[in-house]
Amino acid sequence: MNTQGWLQVSLYLGVLLVLAKPLGWYMARVYAGESVGLNTLLAPVERSCYRLLGIDEQTEQSWKEYALGLVLFNTVGMLMVYGLQRLQSSLPLNPDRLAAPLPDLSFNTAASFISNTNWQSYGGEVTMSYLTQMLGLNVQNFLSAATGMAVLIALIRGLRARSSATIGIFWVDLIRSILYILLPLALILACLLVSQGVVQSFSPSIEVVLLQNTIDTDGHLVSTQNLPLGPAASQIAIKQLGTNGGGFFNVNSAHPFENPTPLSNMLEMLAILLIPVALCFTFGIMVNDPRQGQALLTVMMVIFIPLLLFGVIQEQAGTPQLAALGIDLGASDMQAGGNMEGKETRFGVVNSALWAAATTAASNGSVNSMHDSYTPLGGLVPLFLIQLGEIIFGGVGSGLYGMLIFALITVFIAGLMVGRTPEYLGKKIEAFEIKMAALVLLIPCIVVLCFTALAVTTPWGKGALYATNIEYTSIANPGPHGFSEVLYAYSSMGNNNGSAFAGLGANNPFYNTTGGLAMLIARFWIIVPVLAIAGSLAAKKTVPSGPGTLPTHTPLFMTMLVGVVIIVGVLTFIPALALGPIIEHLMMLGI
Amino acid sequence: MALHTPVQHVFDPSIVRQAIRDSFLKLDPRVQIRNPVMFVVLIGATLTSILWIQTFFGADTASASFIFTISIWLWFTTLFANFSEAMAEGRGKAQADTLRKARRDVQAKKLKEPRYGTPTTAVSSGSLRAGDVVLVEVGDIIPSDGEVIEGVASVNESAITGESAPVIRESGGDRSAVTGGTTVLSDWLVIRITANPGETFLDHMISMVEGAKRQKTPNEIALNILLAALTIIFLLVTATLLPFSLFAITANGSGTPITITITILVALLVCLIPTTIGGLLSAIGIAGMDRMIQSNVIALSGQAVEAAGDVDVLLLDKTGTITLGNRQAVAFLPATGVSEADLADAAQIASLADETPEGRSIVVLAKEKYGIRERSIGELHAEFIPFTAQTRMSGVNLNGSCFRKGASDAIQRYVESQNGLFPHDVRTSVETIARQGSTPLIVTDHTKVLGVVELKDIVKGGIKERFAELRRMGIKTIMITGDNPLTAAAIAAEAGVDDFLAEATPEAKLHLIREYQRTGRLVAMTGDGTNDAPALAQADVAVAMNSGTQAAKEAGNMVDLDSNPTKLIEIVEIGKQILITRGALTTFSIANDVAKYFAIIPAAFATTYPQLNVLNVMGLSSPTNAIVAAVIFNAIIIPLLIPVALRGVQYRAGEATTLLQRNLLIYGLGGLIAPFIGIKIIDFILPILGLK
Repeated sequence: MNTQGWLQVSLYLGVLLVLAKPLGWYMARVYAGESVGLNTLLAPVERSCYRLLGIDEQTEQSWKEYALGLVLFNTVGMLMVYGLQRLQSSLPLNPDRLAAPLPDLSFNTAASFISNTNWQSYGGEVTMSYLTQMLGLNVQNFLSAATGMAVLIALIRGLRARSSATIGIFWVDLIRSILYILLPLALILACLLVSQGVVQSFSPSIEVVLLQNTIDTDGHLVSTQNLPLGPAASQIAIKQLGTNGGGFFNVNSAHPFENPTPLSNMLEMLAILLIPVALCFTFGIMVNDPRQGQALLTVMMVIFIPLLLFGVIQEQAGTPQLAALGIDLGASDMQAGGNMEGKETRFGVVNSALWAAATTAASNGSVNSMHDSYTPLGGLVPLFLIQLGEIIFGGVGSGLYGMLIFALITVFIAGLMVGRTPEYLGKKIEAFEIKMAALVLLIPCIVVLCFTALAVTTPWGKGALYATNIEYTSIANPGPHGFSEVLYAYSSMGNNNGSAFAGLGANNPFYNTTGGLAMLIARFWIIVPVLAIAGSLAAKKTVPSGPGTLPTHTPLFMTMLVGVVIIVGVLTFIPALALGPIIEHLMMLGI
Repeated sequence: MALHTPVQHVFDPSIVRQAIRDSFLKLDPRVQIRNPVMFVVLIGATLTSILWIQTFFGADTASASFIFTISIWLWFTTLFANFSEAMAEGRGKAQADTLRKARRDVQAKKLKEPRYGTPTTAVSSGSLRAGDVVLVEVGDIIPSDGEVIEGVASVNESAITGESAPVIRESGGDRSAVTGGTTVLSDWLVIRITANPGETFLDHMISMVEGAKRQKTPNEIALNILLAALTIIFLLVTATLLPFSLFAITANGSGTPITITITILVALLVCLIPTTIGGLLSAIGIAGMDRMIQSNVIALSGQAVEAAGDVDVLLLDKTGTITLGNRQAVAFLPATGVSEADLADAAQIASLADETPEGRSIVVLAKEKYGIRERSIGELHAEFIPFTAQTRMSGVNLNGSCFRKGASDAIQRYVESQNGLFPHDVRTSVETIARQGSTPLIVTDHTKVLGVVELKDIVKGGIKERFAELRRMGIKTIMITGDNPLTAAAIAAEAGVDDFLAEATPEAKLHLIREYQRTGRLVAMTGDGTNDAPALAQADVAVAMNSGTQAAKEAGNMVDLDSNPTKLIEIVEIGKQILITRGALTTFSIANDVAKYFAIIPAAFATTYPQLNVLNVMGLSSPTNAIVAAVIFNAIIIPLLIPVALRGVQYRAGEATTLLQRNLLIYGLGGLIAPFIGIKIIDFILPILGLK
């Protein structure tokens, strides 16, 4: 990594922290119902929302009511997205006359967008109408992000409450997240992106004459090209901010209309981690102990930065096979060097690997380069970051509540080791919390491992690799890389990330159905236990801390939390990783 | 300490023999299912045994010895875990046997009416029910638990407490409770039985030490859930590794026969699941209760033992706990115009007939300071005036002098009623003494006030250090006393307690406990009197003194047989030790897994992906040796850690962070490194032993 690489990484992290802190403070005020400067404008809108929807903004909900509201709301959302897709051919705003996607794809897409995963089995510009993209997918970009934030705020309230039966009101948390946080931020970012040349239009795709004619695979002369357009900027802004990741175009932020300039690239990368990082500060402020939020943020950074650097170094090193051919892989003023397969020349190695790490640490899943083309260990970084459970920043809200669950488990083990019933922020961690936390730990592991096992065992999953008479052609790469692709697909869906190793043709009934189930399970079977913990903690008394209490903001506790996160991740996925990226790397080295 | 034969060495031969027998009996699946981690091992052992038997009928005989070795060591893993539990139980059983001897059936003399002297009928002690009244005379064994309603007697309670010095039991007051199985040494007692058969204190003790009714404590349940979750994760990891490796084999075109693959996967599973803590978990709990009994505390619930580790606030009675039971005279402060020697002389004469410890201490001080010999009241032909509730004074009339001593207000009233004057300087002395936490005693001759004797509460030696230790543990100490706030504050400062409750009534105590509990704190208290019972019932950890009343013992959740109120410190330590041992061994168990991966992963895929041998960082000699070594290490670490489980990880009072750092280094980092060394050593020894 050269000086410029270091500078890019440092600049990114520096600007990120500078922006996140005030945003964290701002969000804490929003959730506390305090004045934030936008109130004169938005408070009437907020109130009319409540009136329109018949929401009682005074009566707080128990965790069960909160969870029920959340699940029902998301079920309705899922049905709407499914319906919009199936009916899009007879609905307006479909200038390219796109047909309705098949039921399995519609199911997968609906599950994907309500679960904040944004796994895309389709190419946006050739599958979804403008109406589907805007009213279905983009609306869910806001709603799923707000859902995650609401769950986090409920959990924080549980930690903060003293012997309370309630954890807040889902509808209020949801509406405030959208009105005061996501909409203003998305508006600002969308305008900035438009200034960089990101398209925002209702026009159908336009045909342009090529400067240089070319010949297609069938030998026909090609002299024109279709340039897809659409309301892209507004969708890109929220897909980055809300850790959604579902691109307007198929190649996501590698597309020049989605991410045209280095500045747009920087803005979009900042947007990936902005809210997840800021929520750490929000957490600290809300529990009246900013050190607690900073401790969790430090833990995330301590895991993120080494993995990020490792990935950049692997990609910059390139492959020995290319080097053996006498190709210069060194970075210079004229070239990025390293492994440039699947990367855009306008971003280069560092900004691609940086994006790859950020988008998988956060459960964003948008890409500006093709992870499938990374070196084996360079590709292991995003895969492993996903497998850590999307808690290193993670999804908006969901990342931090996941990390808090890990903190509870760490506190439990640490508490035992100092001889006290474990406490986190004064709340005793007992059998019920551990039971629910164990579910949160277990669900993604079950989903990822079982579905991957199913896929590599069954003919539908293995596709054309072994039986040519089966119509599915899923795994194009046999051997370890093919295995990595399947593992990546289910890791991504089973942790609500949404990015993909592109080599896998996943748009078929098997992957669409199992993947859709994986995304729904990983989202809601974690949200419900987290809310249960919130309810149980809220009902408890707060134990005042004393010299016998284990502080949870010290370097020692942070070290232990890092250890628990890494050890759980490593112990769960090392055997699978050994059969995928690790052996692929060893084979590449010719060992 | 004679409650039972003390088990000095962890591995007592007779207990070990019994434990080995029990290890096999505990292979019963119905016993194993209670521990999910070890149940998985049992299934693994059975499965590999079946695979081994299959090799006799199949063609693949080459792998028979490998499968056999793995299978045998899996059985050993289960047996070792059973052994640790049996060892812990064995120590309890030995104690229970001793106690059972005290519970034998005796003849009881049942009284017709609850009065001494009414006719008795001989009944078996087993037929006595609560409410019956019995007579016990010299040499009789008290048939069941009860309350003395008439009489005074000395009782030998060594069968329960191990203390051979007899204790006095009498009706009324705080020494009225008697325990079944103890012997009356002198006089007689009329006792109202308070326990039905099978519910006596001795029955409780026996079932507690045997661990028969041992309920899992809340914390243990939580840990069990976490361990079960980890077991499920590892079950998934190894189960899905089969399809993963089959995919790899087909893709690569080379691999291992399926039977071996399954054996390796079972071996990997057993190595990964937390067998170390899973195997030792119940032993830790049982051994913790056992340590409690070793220090002569009977916990009536395991939950209380665990709660002891969490105590934030400790309420202690002043008298007998913080101070010696009695006040002692330490100084004579004469009034103006009276010499100190005269005051000492008068105070001594006034105290000659006073047999209270305070009175004796005045005589002793007068002798020490002024060499005034002790005189006999009979020789002096003096008239003794005893203390009465009306006068609240005592003294002596001698040769026309009327020496009186008493509290300042009582003397003042006495002097002023006879038109005397209570001198100003004496009043000043009284106030000074009270402020220092001592008790002023005024001495007067008729209306002439001679001066003040300072009676001081003597704080027990070493108590200040113990409170400092508690403070380091994070526990706040509060002294409870009936004294006025001034006196209480002075003693509190001298003893080094954090706070005090003066002029304490039972209601005030109860209120104080509730107030602390409301703010989320866990309160422990010790008590012995009937008036302590409500507070004991409210406290989270309530230690009743064995010498106390039946009401106190019933309200508490622990009974201290030594009746030593500072025992709470040890109870807290034991409570913490149980948790620390569990936490330490859990960390150790999970940290171990890293090394096991490095041993097994390259070995498991040796034929499919020989390149993975770069992960064989230990340089293990062969794939089969690597797997066998990992399984053996996993098995023998259990018996190696039995002493830690039984003795408990050492607890040192200190900041939580320091403690965590120390345990993380030993059990976390140690757990990471130890198996690398252990597996390497086993791999080195295996070929020498010819085991393969």
